[in-house]
Amino acid sequence: MLRLIAQRLQSWLNLPGETGAVLPALAVMLGAALLAFVFIAFFAGPVTWWERRVAGRVMSRIGPNRVGPQGVLQWLADGLKSFLKEDIVPAAADRPLFLFAPYLFFGGYMATFVVLPFGAHLVATDLSVGLLYLIAISGLVVVGILMAGWGSNNKWALFGGIRSAAQLVSYEIPSAFSLLAVVLATGTLSMQGIVRAQGGWPWEWLLFRNPLLFGMFFVSFAASLAENNRTPFDLPEGESELVAGYHVEYSGMRFLWFMFAEWGNLWVIASLATVGFLGGWQIPGVRPEVIDQSTGWAFAGWQALSFLVFAGKASMLVLFAIQIRWTLPRLRVDQMMIVCWKYLVPLALLGSAGVLVLVALVPEGSPVDWFLRAVSLGLGLWLIIAYVRKARAAYLADREPYRRLEGKDPWYPPYRLP
Amino acid sequence: MTGTVPTLAFWGLALLTIAGAAGVALSGHMVRSAFSLFAALFGMAGIYALLQADLMAVVQLLVYVGGISVLVLFAVMLTSGIGRVGTDNPSHRPIGGLLVLLAVLIPALGLAFRMPLGIESPADPTVAPIGDALLGRFVLPFEVVSVLLLAALVGAVNLARGWRRDPEERPSEEGR
Repeated sequence: MLRLIAQRLQSWLNLPGETGAVLPALAVMLGAALLAFVFIAFFAGPVTWWERRVAGRVMSRIGPNRVGPQGVLQWLADGLKSFLKEDIVPAAADRPLFLFAPYLFFGGYMATFVVLPFGAHLVATDLSVGLLYLIAISGLVVVGILMAGWGSNNKWALFGGIRSAAQLVSYEIPSAFSLLAVVLATGTLSMQGIVRAQGGWPWEWLLFRNPLLFGMFFVSFAASLAENNRTPFDLPEGESELVAGYHVEYSGMRFLWFMFAEWGNLWVIASLATVGFLGGWQIPGVRPEVIDQSTGWAFAGWQALSFLVFAGKASMLVLFAIQIRWTLPRLRVDQMMIVCWKYLVPLALLGSAGVLVLVALVPEGSPVDWFLRAVSLGLGLWLIIAYVRKARAAYLADREPYRRLEGKDPWYPPYRLP
Repeated sequence: MTGTVPTLAFWGLALLTIAGAAGVALSGHMVRSAFSLFAALFGMAGIYALLQADLMAVVQLLVYVGGISVLVLFAVMLTSGIGRVGTDNPSHRPIGGLLVLLAVLIPALGLAFRMPLGIESPADPTVAPIGDALLGRFVLPFEVVSVLLLAALVGAVNLARGWRRDPEERPSEEGR
Protein backbone atom coordinates (compact mmCIF):
# COMPACT_ATOMS: atom_id res chain seq x y z
CA MET A 1 0.00 0.00 0.00
CA LEU A 2 2.81 2.41 0.92
CA ARG A 3 4.71 1.57 -2.27
CA LEU A 4 1.60 2.37 -4.31
CA ILE A 5 1.13 5.75 -2.64
CA ALA A 6 4.81 6.56 -3.21
CA GLN A 7 4.51 5.74 -6.93
CA ARG A 8 1.35 7.84 -7.26
CA LEU A 9 3.10 10.71 -5.52
CA GLN A 10 6.09 10.44 -7.84
CA SER A 11 4.01 10.53 -11.01
CA TRP A 12 1.87 13.33 -9.63
CA LEU A 13 4.89 15.50 -8.82
CA ASN A 14 6.40 14.52 -12.19
CA LEU A 15 9.76 13.48 -10.74
CA PRO A 16 12.13 11.61 -13.07
CA GLY A 17 13.36 8.02 -12.67
CA GLU A 18 15.10 6.34 -9.80
CA THR A 19 16.51 9.44 -8.13
CA GLY A 20 13.06 10.99 -8.17
CA ALA A 21 11.72 7.99 -6.28
CA VAL A 22 13.79 8.76 -3.18
CA LEU A 23 11.87 11.80 -2.07
CA PRO A 24 8.33 10.37 -2.37
CA ALA A 25 9.49 7.14 -0.72
CA LEU A 26 11.00 9.03 2.22
CA ALA A 27 7.93 11.27 2.42
CA VAL A 28 5.57 8.30 2.50
CA MET A 29 7.67 6.53 5.13
CA LEU A 30 7.73 9.67 7.28
CA GLY A 31 4.02 10.19 6.73
CA ALA A 32 3.19 6.62 7.73
CA ALA A 33 5.38 6.86 10.81
CA LEU A 34 3.71 10.13 11.74
CA LEU A 35 0.27 8.61 11.23
CA ALA A 36 1.14 5.67 13.48
CA PHE A 37 2.58 8.09 16.03
CA VAL A 38 -0.54 10.25 16.06
CA PHE A 39 -2.68 7.15 16.39
CA ILE A 40 -0.62 6.01 19.38
CA ALA A 41 -0.88 9.43 20.96
CA PHE A 42 -4.65 9.48 20.59
CA PHE A 43 -4.88 5.93 21.87
CA ALA A 44 -2.31 5.82 24.67
CA GLY A 45 -3.31 9.21 26.11
CA PRO A 46 -7.04 8.64 26.64
CA VAL A 47 -6.39 5.04 27.69
CA THR A 48 -4.35 6.25 30.65
CA TRP A 49 -7.40 8.26 31.72
CA TRP A 50 -9.72 5.33 31.05
CA GLU A 51 -7.47 3.01 33.05
CA ARG A 52 -7.37 5.40 35.99
CA ARG A 53 -11.14 5.85 35.97
CA VAL A 54 -11.70 2.06 35.90
CA ALA A 55 -9.12 1.71 38.66
CA GLY A 56 -10.96 4.34 40.66
CA ARG A 57 -14.29 2.59 40.27
CA VAL A 58 -12.76 -0.78 41.20
CA MET A 59 -11.32 0.79 44.35
CA SER A 60 -14.53 2.69 45.25
CA ARG A 61 -13.01 6.08 44.62
CA ILE A 62 -13.54 8.56 41.80
CA GLY A 63 -10.28 8.87 39.88
CA PRO A 64 -9.23 11.85 37.78
CA ASN A 65 -12.32 13.94 36.96
CA ARG A 66 -11.09 17.55 37.14
CA VAL A 67 -9.66 18.34 33.68
CA GLY A 68 -12.46 18.58 31.15
CA PRO A 69 -15.81 16.79 31.40
CA GLN A 70 -15.32 13.73 33.63
CA GLY A 71 -11.58 14.34 33.39
CA VAL A 72 -11.20 13.18 29.77
CA LEU A 73 -8.47 15.74 29.14
CA GLN A 74 -6.36 14.58 32.06
CA TRP A 75 -3.83 12.98 29.69
CA LEU A 76 -3.20 16.33 27.98
CA ALA A 77 -2.42 17.89 31.36
CA ASP A 78 -0.10 15.00 32.20
CA GLY A 79 1.66 15.33 28.85
CA LEU A 80 2.10 19.07 29.24
CA LYS A 81 3.50 18.56 32.72
CA SER A 82 6.04 16.08 31.39
CA PHE A 83 7.07 18.47 28.62
CA LEU A 84 7.86 21.16 31.15
CA LYS A 85 9.82 18.93 33.52
CA GLU A 86 13.59 19.06 33.61
CA ASP A 87 15.38 16.26 31.76
CA ILE A 88 17.67 14.92 34.46
CA VAL A 89 20.61 12.63 33.69
CA PRO A 90 22.19 11.15 36.83
CA ALA A 91 25.88 12.07 37.17
CA ALA A 92 26.93 8.43 37.56
CA ALA A 93 24.80 7.15 34.67
CA ASP A 94 26.28 5.61 31.53
CA ARG A 95 25.30 8.69 29.56
CA PRO A 96 24.93 7.48 25.94
CA LEU A 97 23.09 4.30 26.96
CA PHE A 98 20.86 6.23 29.37
CA LEU A 99 19.93 8.78 26.72
CA PHE A 100 19.33 6.25 23.95
CA ALA A 101 17.32 3.62 25.85
CA PRO A 102 13.86 5.30 25.72
CA TYR A 103 14.09 5.64 21.93
CA LEU A 104 15.03 1.98 21.48
CA PHE A 105 12.14 0.98 23.71
CA PHE A 106 9.72 3.18 21.83
CA GLY A 107 11.17 2.22 18.42
CA GLY A 108 10.72 -1.48 19.13
CA TYR A 109 7.10 -0.78 19.92
CA MET A 110 6.52 1.50 16.90
CA ALA A 111 7.99 -1.15 14.59
CA THR A 112 5.07 -3.48 15.34
CA PHE A 113 2.77 -1.08 13.49
CA VAL A 114 4.38 -2.12 10.20
CA VAL A 115 2.31 -5.30 10.05
CA LEU A 116 -0.75 -4.60 12.25
CA PRO A 117 -3.86 -4.58 10.04
CA PHE A 118 -6.34 -1.93 11.14
CA GLY A 119 -8.89 -2.71 8.45
CA ALA A 120 -9.52 -4.56 5.22
CA HIS A 121 -6.78 -2.68 3.38
CA LEU A 122 -5.53 -0.43 6.18
CA VAL A 123 -2.10 -1.94 6.73
CA ALA A 124 1.37 -0.50 6.09
CA THR A 125 2.65 -3.68 4.50
CA ASP A 126 1.37 -7.23 4.55
CA LEU A 127 4.62 -9.14 5.10
CA SER A 128 4.54 -12.83 4.23
CA VAL A 129 6.19 -13.44 7.64
CA GLY A 130 4.11 -10.83 9.49
CA LEU A 131 3.30 -12.78 12.63
CA LEU A 132 6.89 -13.96 13.06
CA TYR A 133 8.10 -10.39 12.52
CA LEU A 134 5.74 -9.15 15.23
CA ILE A 135 7.08 -11.73 17.70
CA ALA A 136 10.69 -10.98 16.73
CA ILE A 137 10.61 -7.19 16.76
CA SER A 138 9.44 -7.12 20.37
CA GLY A 139 12.98 -8.27 21.19
CA LEU A 140 14.05 -4.65 20.67
CA VAL A 141 11.94 -3.69 23.67
CA VAL A 142 13.88 -6.05 25.95
CA VAL A 143 17.17 -4.59 24.81
CA GLY A 144 15.77 -1.11 25.48
CA ILE A 145 14.74 -2.15 28.99
CA LEU A 146 18.15 -3.71 29.69
CA MET A 147 19.84 -0.58 28.34
CA ALA A 148 17.74 1.66 30.59
CA GLY A 149 18.33 -0.60 33.58
CA TRP A 150 22.08 -0.68 33.08
CA GLY A 151 22.50 2.92 31.93
CA SER A 152 20.74 4.35 34.99
CA ASN A 153 23.47 2.99 37.28
CA ASN A 154 20.89 2.35 39.95
CA LYS A 155 20.37 -0.97 41.66
CA TRP A 156 16.57 -0.80 41.46
CA ALA A 157 16.77 0.00 37.78
CA LEU A 158 19.21 -2.85 37.13
CA PHE A 159 17.02 -5.30 39.06
CA GLY A 160 14.02 -4.15 37.07
CA GLY A 161 15.86 -4.51 33.79
CA ILE A 162 17.14 -7.99 34.55
CA ARG A 163 13.78 -9.17 35.87
CA SER A 164 12.13 -7.84 32.77
CA ALA A 165 14.60 -9.57 30.46
CA ALA A 166 14.19 -12.88 32.30
CA GLN A 167 10.42 -12.54 32.12
CA LEU A 168 10.36 -11.61 28.44
CA VAL A 169 12.72 -14.39 27.39
CA SER A 170 10.61 -16.93 29.32
CA TYR A 171 7.18 -15.78 28.20
CA GLU A 172 8.20 -15.50 24.57
CA ILE A 173 8.01 -19.31 24.40
CA PRO A 174 4.34 -19.83 25.40
CA SER A 175 3.43 -16.74 23.39
CA ALA A 176 5.11 -18.06 20.25
CA PHE A 177 3.71 -21.58 20.68
CA SER A 178 0.15 -20.39 21.22
CA LEU A 179 0.43 -18.25 18.09
CA LEU A 180 1.88 -21.30 16.32
CA ALA A 181 -1.52 -22.91 16.92
CA VAL A 182 -3.06 -20.01 14.96
CA VAL A 183 -0.56 -20.53 12.15
CA LEU A 184 -1.29 -24.26 12.10
CA ALA A 185 -5.03 -23.63 11.88
CA THR A 186 -4.78 -20.98 9.14
CA GLY A 187 -1.71 -22.18 7.22
CA THR A 188 -0.17 -18.71 6.82
CA LEU A 189 2.14 -16.32 8.65
CA SER A 190 0.76 -13.19 7.02
CA MET A 191 -1.46 -11.10 9.29
CA GLN A 192 -4.02 -10.38 6.55
CA GLY A 193 -3.95 -14.05 5.56
CA ILE A 194 -4.81 -15.05 9.13
CA VAL A 195 -7.71 -12.59 9.21
CA ARG A 196 -8.99 -13.76 5.82
CA ALA A 197 -8.87 -17.39 6.93
CA GLN A 198 -11.53 -16.50 9.52
CA GLY A 199 -14.99 -15.03 9.08
CA GLY A 200 -17.13 -12.22 10.44
CA TRP A 201 -19.47 -14.27 12.64
CA PRO A 202 -18.25 -15.50 16.03
CA TRP A 203 -18.51 -19.19 15.02
CA GLU A 204 -16.13 -18.46 12.15
CA TRP A 205 -13.48 -17.02 14.47
CA LEU A 206 -10.49 -19.10 15.40
CA LEU A 207 -11.37 -18.57 19.07
CA PHE A 208 -14.49 -20.71 18.66
CA ARG A 209 -13.08 -23.09 16.06
CA ASN A 210 -12.39 -25.79 18.66
CA PRO A 211 -11.93 -25.93 22.43
CA LEU A 212 -8.13 -26.20 22.13
CA LEU A 213 -7.83 -22.92 20.23
CA PHE A 214 -10.19 -21.42 22.81
CA GLY A 215 -7.67 -22.38 25.50
CA MET A 216 -4.74 -21.16 23.40
CA PHE A 217 -6.31 -17.70 23.33
CA PHE A 218 -5.95 -17.41 27.09
CA VAL A 219 -2.39 -18.75 27.05
CA SER A 220 -1.52 -16.24 24.35
CA PHE A 221 -3.21 -13.35 26.15
CA ALA A 222 -1.55 -14.14 29.49
CA ALA A 223 1.85 -14.41 27.81
CA SER A 224 1.28 -11.09 26.01
CA LEU A 225 0.39 -9.40 29.29
CA ALA A 226 3.60 -10.78 30.79
CA GLU A 227 5.64 -9.60 27.81
CA ASN A 228 4.26 -6.11 28.28
CA ASN A 229 5.01 -6.14 32.04
CA ARG A 230 1.38 -5.61 32.94
CA THR A 231 -0.09 -6.69 36.24
CA PRO A 232 -0.19 -9.49 37.39
CA PHE A 233 3.24 -9.71 35.76
CA ASP A 234 4.56 -6.22 36.58
CA LEU A 235 7.53 -7.40 38.64
CA PRO A 236 10.02 -5.33 36.62
CA GLU A 237 8.27 -2.18 37.80
CA GLY A 238 6.79 -3.33 41.10
CA GLU A 239 6.41 0.02 42.87
CA SER A 240 6.53 -1.46 46.34
CA GLU A 241 9.78 -3.37 45.76
CA LEU A 242 11.72 -1.61 43.02
CA VAL A 243 10.26 1.93 43.19
CA ALA A 244 9.62 1.97 39.45
CA GLY A 245 12.08 -0.54 38.05
CA TYR A 246 14.03 0.26 34.94
CA HIS A 247 12.63 3.77 34.46
CA VAL A 248 13.15 4.98 38.03
CA GLU A 249 15.86 7.49 37.03
CA TYR A 250 13.99 8.98 34.07
CA SER A 251 12.09 12.25 34.17
CA GLY A 252 10.24 14.52 31.80
CA MET A 253 9.86 13.49 28.18
CA ARG A 254 12.19 10.50 28.45
CA PHE A 255 9.94 9.04 31.12
CA LEU A 256 6.98 9.78 28.90
CA TRP A 257 8.44 7.68 26.06
CA PHE A 258 8.35 4.66 28.34
CA MET A 259 4.79 5.35 29.46
CA PHE A 260 3.73 6.05 25.90
CA ALA A 261 5.03 2.71 24.67
CA GLU A 262 3.65 0.86 27.65
CA TRP A 263 0.07 2.04 27.17
CA GLY A 264 0.36 1.96 23.42
CA ASN A 265 1.45 -1.65 23.75
CA LEU A 266 -2.01 -2.43 25.10
CA TRP A 267 -3.25 -1.75 21.61
CA VAL A 268 -0.64 -4.12 20.14
CA ILE A 269 -1.63 -6.89 22.58
CA ALA A 270 -5.31 -6.38 21.87
CA SER A 271 -4.86 -6.25 18.10
CA LEU A 272 -2.64 -9.32 18.07
CA ALA A 273 -5.32 -11.26 19.95
CA THR A 274 -8.03 -9.80 17.69
CA VAL A 275 -6.16 -10.75 14.51
CA GLY A 276 -5.19 -14.18 15.76
CA PHE A 277 -8.39 -15.32 17.41
CA LEU A 278 -11.29 -12.86 17.04
CA GLY A 279 -11.55 -12.59 13.28
CA GLY A 280 -9.71 -9.26 12.96
CA TRP A 281 -11.57 -6.68 10.89
CA GLN A 282 -14.00 -9.13 9.27
CA ILE A 283 -17.48 -7.58 9.11
CA PRO A 284 -20.25 -10.12 9.94
CA GLY A 285 -22.13 -11.11 6.82
CA VAL A 286 -19.72 -9.45 4.37
CA ARG A 287 -17.20 -11.56 2.46
CA PRO A 288 -13.76 -9.90 2.08
CA GLU A 289 -14.04 -10.32 -1.72
CA VAL A 290 -16.94 -7.82 -1.71
CA ILE A 291 -14.62 -5.27 -0.07
CA ASP A 292 -11.82 -6.04 -2.53
CA GLN A 293 -14.06 -5.45 -5.55
CA SER A 294 -15.71 -2.24 -4.34
CA THR A 295 -14.46 1.12 -5.63
CA GLY A 296 -14.64 4.80 -4.73
CA TRP A 297 -16.75 5.79 -1.75
CA ALA A 298 -18.00 2.26 -1.16
CA PHE A 299 -14.38 1.15 -0.78
CA ALA A 300 -13.67 3.93 1.72
CA GLY A 301 -16.86 3.11 3.59
CA TRP A 302 -15.95 -0.56 3.89
CA GLN A 303 -12.50 0.44 5.17
CA ALA A 304 -14.03 2.67 7.82
CA LEU A 305 -16.54 -0.01 8.84
CA SER A 306 -13.87 -2.71 9.05
CA PHE A 307 -11.73 -0.39 11.16
CA LEU A 308 -14.67 0.21 13.50
CA VAL A 309 -15.22 -3.54 13.87
CA PHE A 310 -11.52 -4.05 14.57
CA ALA A 311 -11.31 -1.15 17.03
CA GLY A 312 -14.45 -2.38 18.82
CA LYS A 313 -13.03 -5.85 19.38
CA ALA A 314 -9.63 -4.49 20.38
CA SER A 315 -11.19 -2.00 22.84
CA MET A 316 -13.10 -4.81 24.54
CA LEU A 317 -9.81 -6.65 25.05
CA VAL A 318 -8.16 -3.46 26.34
CA LEU A 319 -10.96 -3.12 28.89
CA PHE A 320 -10.44 -6.79 29.83
CA ALA A 321 -6.70 -6.17 30.35
CA ILE A 322 -7.42 -3.08 32.47
CA GLN A 323 -9.89 -4.97 34.66
CA ILE A 324 -7.38 -7.80 35.12
CA ARG A 325 -4.78 -5.26 36.17
CA TRP A 326 -6.91 -3.82 38.95
CA THR A 327 -8.28 -7.17 40.10
CA LEU A 328 -5.33 -9.55 40.40
CA PRO A 329 -2.38 -9.08 42.78
CA ARG A 330 1.20 -9.17 41.55
CA LEU A 331 2.97 -12.54 41.39
CA ARG A 332 6.21 -13.26 43.21
CA VAL A 333 9.32 -13.86 41.09
CA ASP A 334 9.29 -17.63 41.64
CA GLN A 335 5.54 -17.77 41.01
CA MET A 336 6.03 -15.86 37.79
CA MET A 337 8.57 -18.45 36.62
CA ILE A 338 6.35 -21.34 37.78
CA VAL A 339 3.34 -19.96 35.88
CA CYS A 340 5.47 -19.79 32.74
CA TRP A 341 7.51 -22.99 32.78
CA LYS A 342 5.23 -25.37 34.66
CA TYR A 343 1.86 -24.31 33.29
CA LEU A 344 1.92 -22.10 30.22
CA VAL A 345 4.76 -23.80 28.31
CA PRO A 346 3.37 -27.36 28.62
CA LEU A 347 -0.15 -26.09 27.92
CA ALA A 348 1.02 -24.25 24.82
CA LEU A 349 3.03 -27.24 23.59
CA LEU A 350 0.18 -29.72 24.10
CA GLY A 351 -2.36 -27.25 22.76
CA SER A 352 -0.52 -26.55 19.53
CA ALA A 353 0.10 -30.28 19.00
CA GLY A 354 -3.60 -30.94 19.63
CA VAL A 355 -4.62 -28.19 17.20
CA LEU A 356 -2.37 -29.80 14.58
CA VAL A 357 -4.12 -33.15 15.09
CA LEU A 358 -7.58 -31.57 14.95
CA VAL A 359 -6.75 -29.59 11.81
CA ALA A 360 -5.39 -32.72 10.15
CA LEU A 361 -8.27 -35.02 11.15
CA VAL A 362 -11.37 -32.82 11.14
CA PRO A 363 -12.23 -31.34 7.74
CA GLU A 364 -13.87 -27.92 7.76
CA GLY A 365 -17.65 -28.09 7.53
CA SER A 366 -17.96 -31.70 8.71
CA PRO A 367 -20.40 -32.55 11.54
CA VAL A 368 -17.50 -33.03 13.98
CA ASP A 369 -16.22 -29.57 13.06
CA TRP A 370 -19.61 -28.02 13.77
CA PHE A 371 -19.85 -29.95 17.02
CA LEU A 372 -16.44 -28.61 18.16
CA ARG A 373 -17.47 -25.08 17.18
CA ALA A 374 -20.73 -25.41 19.10
CA VAL A 375 -18.91 -26.70 22.18
CA SER A 376 -16.38 -23.86 22.19
CA LEU A 377 -19.05 -21.27 21.43
CA GLY A 378 -21.07 -22.54 24.39
CA LEU A 379 -17.96 -22.47 26.55
CA GLY A 380 -17.25 -18.89 25.46
CA LEU A 381 -20.82 -17.72 26.04
CA TRP A 382 -20.87 -19.29 29.50
CA LEU A 383 -17.54 -17.62 30.34
CA ILE A 384 -18.68 -14.20 29.08
CA ILE A 385 -21.99 -14.41 30.99
CA ALA A 386 -20.23 -15.51 34.17
CA TYR A 387 -17.69 -12.68 33.78
CA VAL A 388 -20.34 -10.01 33.21
CA ARG A 389 -22.46 -11.29 36.11
CA LYS A 390 -19.46 -11.29 38.45
CA ALA A 391 -18.45 -7.78 37.36
CA ARG A 392 -22.05 -6.56 37.77
CA ALA A 393 -22.32 -8.09 41.24
CA ALA A 394 -19.08 -6.40 42.28
CA TYR A 395 -20.34 -3.14 40.79
CA LEU A 396 -23.64 -3.28 42.63
CA ALA A 397 -22.07 -4.33 45.92
CA ASP A 398 -20.29 -1.02 46.46
CA ARG A 399 -22.61 1.31 44.58
CA GLU A 400 -23.93 2.85 47.79
CA PRO A 401 -20.53 3.90 49.24
CA TYR A 402 -19.58 5.20 45.79
CA ARG A 403 -22.77 7.27 45.58
CA ARG A 404 -21.93 8.88 48.91
CA LEU A 405 -18.91 10.47 47.25
CA GLU A 406 -21.25 12.62 45.16
CA GLY A 407 -21.85 16.17 46.31
CA LYS A 408 -18.74 16.22 48.50
CA ASP A 409 -16.40 19.16 48.34
CA PRO A 410 -14.14 18.21 45.43
CA TRP A 411 -11.26 20.33 46.59
CA TYR A 412 -8.05 18.36 46.87
CA PRO A 413 -6.86 17.26 49.38
CA PRO A 414 -10.13 16.25 50.99
CA TYR A 415 -10.46 17.37 54.59
CA ARG A 416 -12.04 14.13 55.62
CA LEU A 417 -12.61 11.00 53.59
CA PRO A 418 -16.33 10.13 53.41
CA MET B 1 20.17 -4.13 -5.40
CA THR B 2 19.05 -1.63 -7.97
CA GLY B 3 17.45 1.70 -7.27
CA THR B 4 18.37 4.60 -5.10
CA VAL B 5 16.21 3.82 -2.10
CA PRO B 6 17.59 0.29 -1.57
CA THR B 7 21.13 1.63 -2.13
CA LEU B 8 20.64 4.27 0.55
CA ALA B 9 19.14 1.68 2.86
CA PHE B 10 22.05 -0.67 2.17
CA TRP B 11 24.68 1.92 3.06
CA GLY B 12 22.81 2.87 6.22
CA LEU B 13 22.54 -0.76 7.31
CA ALA B 14 26.15 -1.53 6.34
CA LEU B 15 27.31 1.45 8.38
CA LEU B 16 25.25 0.27 11.35
CA THR B 17 26.65 -3.27 11.08
CA ILE B 18 30.28 -2.19 10.73
CA ALA B 19 30.00 0.44 13.44
CA GLY B 20 28.43 -2.17 15.71
CA ALA B 21 31.18 -4.67 14.96
CA ALA B 22 33.85 -2.03 15.57
CA GLY B 23 32.14 -1.15 18.83
CA VAL B 24 32.28 -4.78 19.94
CA ALA B 25 36.02 -4.92 19.33
CA LEU B 26 37.10 -1.45 20.39
CA SER B 27 34.76 -0.48 23.23
CA GLY B 28 36.44 -0.20 26.60
CA HIS B 29 33.49 -1.62 28.46
CA MET B 30 32.05 -5.10 28.24
CA VAL B 31 28.41 -3.99 28.48
CA ARG B 32 28.87 -1.46 25.69
CA SER B 33 30.47 -4.21 23.59
CA ALA B 34 27.38 -6.33 24.18
CA PHE B 35 25.08 -3.50 23.10
CA SER B 36 27.26 -2.94 20.01
CA LEU B 37 26.87 -6.63 19.17
CA PHE B 38 23.14 -6.07 19.26
CA ALA B 39 23.47 -3.19 16.76
CA ALA B 40 25.65 -5.31 14.43
CA LEU B 41 23.20 -8.23 14.48
CA PHE B 42 20.29 -5.88 13.89
CA GLY B 43 22.05 -4.36 10.87
CA MET B 44 22.58 -7.87 9.50
CA ALA B 45 18.86 -8.58 9.82
CA GLY B 46 18.21 -5.43 7.81
CA ILE B 47 20.61 -6.55 5.08
CA TYR B 48 18.85 -9.92 4.85
CA ALA B 49 15.57 -8.07 4.46
CA LEU B 50 17.11 -5.97 1.70
CA LEU B 51 18.21 -9.15 -0.10
CA GLN B 52 14.55 -10.28 -0.07
CA ALA B 53 15.35 -13.16 2.29
CA ASP B 54 12.26 -12.47 4.39
CA LEU B 55 12.38 -15.57 6.58
CA MET B 56 16.14 -15.23 7.16
CA ALA B 57 15.73 -11.61 8.24
CA VAL B 58 12.97 -12.37 10.71
CA VAL B 59 14.75 -15.44 12.08
CA GLN B 60 17.92 -13.38 12.51
CA LEU B 61 15.82 -10.86 14.44
CA LEU B 62 14.12 -13.56 16.51
CA VAL B 63 17.14 -15.73 17.32
CA TYR B 64 20.11 -13.39 17.33
CA VAL B 65 18.67 -9.99 18.23
CA GLY B 66 15.87 -11.13 20.54
CA GLY B 67 17.54 -14.25 21.93
CA ILE B 68 21.32 -14.48 21.75
CA SER B 69 22.03 -10.79 22.21
CA VAL B 70 19.67 -10.56 25.20
CA LEU B 71 21.27 -13.64 26.75
CA VAL B 72 24.76 -12.18 26.19
CA LEU B 73 23.66 -8.93 27.84
CA PHE B 74 22.11 -10.88 30.66
CA ALA B 75 25.27 -12.91 31.26
CA VAL B 76 27.51 -9.86 31.02
CA MET B 77 25.42 -7.91 33.52
CA LEU B 78 25.44 -10.79 36.01
CA THR B 79 29.23 -11.13 35.82
CA SER B 80 30.89 -9.89 38.98
CA GLY B 81 33.22 -6.91 38.78
CA ILE B 82 31.76 -5.78 35.48
CA GLY B 83 31.75 -2.15 36.55
CA ARG B 84 35.48 -1.55 36.11
CA VAL B 85 35.56 0.53 32.97
CA GLY B 86 38.57 -0.04 30.72
CA THR B 87 40.07 -2.97 32.55
CA ASP B 88 37.64 -5.71 31.66
CA ASN B 89 37.99 -5.52 27.89
CA PRO B 90 41.76 -5.40 27.30
CA SER B 91 43.35 -6.18 23.93
CA HIS B 92 45.53 -9.28 23.78
CA ARG B 93 48.24 -9.89 21.16
CA PRO B 94 47.28 -7.35 18.47
CA ILE B 95 49.73 -8.83 15.91
CA GLY B 96 48.22 -12.31 16.13
CA GLY B 97 44.77 -10.78 15.90
CA LEU B 98 45.75 -8.86 12.79
CA LEU B 99 47.08 -12.07 11.17
CA VAL B 100 43.81 -13.89 11.90
CA LEU B 101 41.85 -10.94 10.55
CA LEU B 102 43.83 -10.97 7.27
CA ALA B 103 43.54 -14.74 6.98
CA VAL B 104 39.74 -14.46 7.18
CA LEU B 105 39.24 -11.17 5.38
CA ILE B 106 41.20 -11.89 2.17
CA PRO B 107 39.32 -15.08 1.20
CA ALA B 108 36.03 -13.49 2.27
CA LEU B 109 36.60 -10.40 0.13
CA GLY B 110 37.78 -12.58 -2.77
CA LEU B 111 34.54 -14.55 -2.57
CA ALA B 112 32.46 -11.41 -2.21
CA PHE B 113 33.86 -9.82 -5.37
CA ARG B 114 33.47 -13.00 -7.42
CA MET B 115 29.86 -13.70 -6.40
CA PRO B 116 27.11 -12.16 -8.54
CA LEU B 117 25.33 -10.05 -5.94
CA GLY B 118 22.11 -8.17 -6.34
CA ILE B 119 18.46 -9.03 -6.67
CA GLU B 120 16.99 -7.84 -9.96
CA SER B 121 13.29 -8.46 -9.38
CA PRO B 122 11.23 -8.86 -6.23
CA ALA B 123 11.61 -12.46 -5.10
CA ASP B 124 8.75 -14.69 -4.02
CA PRO B 125 8.11 -15.31 -0.32
CA THR B 126 10.58 -17.91 0.87
CA VAL B 127 8.68 -19.35 3.87
CA ALA B 128 6.75 -22.09 2.08
CA PRO B 129 9.70 -23.37 -0.05
CA ILE B 130 11.99 -23.45 3.01
CA GLY B 131 9.37 -25.31 5.01
CA ASP B 132 8.83 -27.81 2.19
CA ALA B 133 12.57 -28.36 1.84
CA LEU B 134 13.10 -28.84 5.59
CA LEU B 135 10.31 -31.39 5.91
CA GLY B 136 10.88 -32.99 2.50
CA ARG B 137 14.29 -33.29 0.95
CA PHE B 138 16.32 -32.27 4.01
CA VAL B 139 14.23 -33.96 6.67
CA LEU B 140 17.06 -36.24 7.81
CA PRO B 141 19.69 -33.48 8.38
CA PHE B 142 16.97 -31.39 10.02
CA GLU B 143 16.12 -34.15 12.48
CA VAL B 144 19.80 -34.95 13.11
CA VAL B 145 20.41 -31.30 13.99
CA SER B 146 17.41 -31.32 16.35
CA VAL B 147 18.74 -34.41 18.12
CA LEU B 148 22.16 -32.78 18.38
CA LEU B 149 20.64 -29.64 19.91
CA LEU B 150 18.58 -31.76 22.30
CA ALA B 151 21.74 -33.59 23.37
CA ALA B 152 23.48 -30.25 23.92
CA LEU B 153 20.51 -29.07 26.00
CA VAL B 154 20.51 -32.18 28.18
CA GLY B 155 24.30 -31.92 28.55
CA ALA B 156 24.04 -28.27 29.59
CA VAL B 157 21.42 -29.09 32.21
CA ASN B 158 23.60 -31.92 33.49
CA LEU B 159 26.66 -29.68 33.71
CA ALA B 160 24.72 -26.92 35.44
CA ARG B 161 23.42 -29.35 38.07
CA GLY B 162 26.93 -30.51 38.92
CA TRP B 163 28.14 -34.07 39.49
CA ARG B 164 26.92 -36.13 42.40
CA ARG B 165 29.19 -38.91 43.56
CA ASP B 166 26.60 -40.48 45.81
CA PRO B 167 23.04 -40.55 44.51
CA GLU B 168 21.76 -40.53 48.11
CA GLU B 169 23.64 -37.30 48.83
CA ARG B 170 21.39 -34.27 49.20
CA PRO B 171 21.99 -31.56 46.60
CA SER B 172 22.02 -28.82 49.22
CA GLU B 173 25.21 -30.18 50.77
CA GLU B 174 27.23 -29.75 47.60
CA GLY B 175 27.80 -26.07 48.02
CA ARG B 176 29.94 -26.55 51.13
